[in-house]
Amino acid sequence: MGKYVELTASNFEETIKEGVALVDFWAPWCGPCRMIAPVIEELANDFEGKANICKVNTDEEQEIAVKFGIRSIPTILFFKNGEMVDQMVGAASKQAFTDKINALL
Amino acid sequence: MLDCAIIGGGPAGLTAGLYTTRGGLDDVIMFEKGMPGGQITSSSEIENYPGATARNLSGMDFMIPWLEQCQRFGLKHEMSEVTRVSRNEDGTFVIHKSDGTTNTAKSVIVATGSTPKRAGFIGEDKYFGRGVSTCATCDGFFYKGKEVAIVGGGDTAMEEALYLAKICTKVYIIHRRDTFRSAPNTIERVKTTPNIEILFNASPQEVLGDAMGVTGIRVVFNDGSTRQIDAPGLFVFVGRDVNNEVLIQEDGSFLCETNNAGEVIVDINMNTSIPGLYATGDLRISAPKQVVSAAGDGSIAALQAIAYVDKISHR
Repeated sequence: MGKYVELTASNFEETIKEGVALVDFWAPWCGPCRMIAPVIEELANDFEGKANICKVNTDEEQEIAVKFGIRSIPTILFFKNGEMVDQMVGAASKQAFTDKINALL
Repeated sequence: MLDCAIIGGGPAGLTAGLYTTRGGLDDVIMFEKGMPGGQITSSSEIENYPGATARNLSGMDFMIPWLEQCQRFGLKHEMSEVTRVSRNEDGTFVIHKSDGTTNTAKSVIVATGSTPKRAGFIGEDKYFGRGVSTCATCDGFFYKGKEVAIVGGGDTAMEEALYLAKICTKVYIIHRRDTFRSAPNTIERVKTTPNIEILFNASPQEVLGDAMGVTGIRVVFNDGSTRQIDAPGLFVFVGRDVNNEVLIQEDGSFLCETNNAGEVIVDINMNTSIPGLYATGDLRISAPKQVVSAAGDGSIAALQAIAYVDKISHR
């Protein structure tokens, strides 16, 4: 069973620097974030060993949120070899996230 | 084949799920692309649902028990996005999903709700998610100790203005009329909140920004004068568009009758123009767009669906 990676200032760079990564910026009080939470968990399972599925709690990791100019959550950033290549704002379907990741793999 | 397919997991869909399963339908799936709850989970506070009297009850906390209650009676939740509902010649329905798979169902309750509208000013789309927002509970936090502006003058705009006024140093309300159409006690609270400034007879003209996002907004008044407000956050609450996409057929027509605004025409029992197809909540004509009425719609449609499935099964 794959599990998403909880990103913090200490493991962020290391985790996204190689391969494809999806990073979900969320917070506990955000309804749409909660809506996609089970989708993120399923993606972590589906893409185990193929892509890093990650979450950033913007409440606790404000530095990372500021660095990427996050002003709306959920915001989902897609990275390839450490470089941000795509982003989505707001809740979306599992299929939409899957398609974005597959396009990068 | 499903007895009933419920499309959407907000208050209408969840209530339909509770009533169909508790009322005896065996095979019911509620299709919702993520965690159910609906738009109300973005509301900072709900204080008009009868019996829900807890102070500062957020929409999200309010909705948590709903799914649990439905699942107790056997409702299944499938986490997929429905792209289209079509109808077979024998009167049964096909649920098309974004992963390419389908389900068939004897009856369908559509509860897809609505999406916040955009106001249509210059820069709104460009800066959406980078300073322009439609969810104060989600994004208000990013403007703690800063100034924000709100566009709109209805219930949502007023309630979220009060919420933002607790976080932000100042909240400007940009309202195109000279009066508000909101609950009188909410208006009173807004008017007496010292850090809320109301700009009547005003519309947003252009949102201003740089590489990092919004920096301000230029407002035009009905007399033609303008004013620039320097605020990094702009919240838009100007009504909602109905989510009727699942009813659009391959030839572009709607599966059932709709009005000019795309709202589904239903009778008092939530019957659409197609037997076995029901529309509920924000999606239907004359929707009050309230949690309690959406839930009521869900129960009505469910009772109709139960009777319909019973009738066609014994024909």
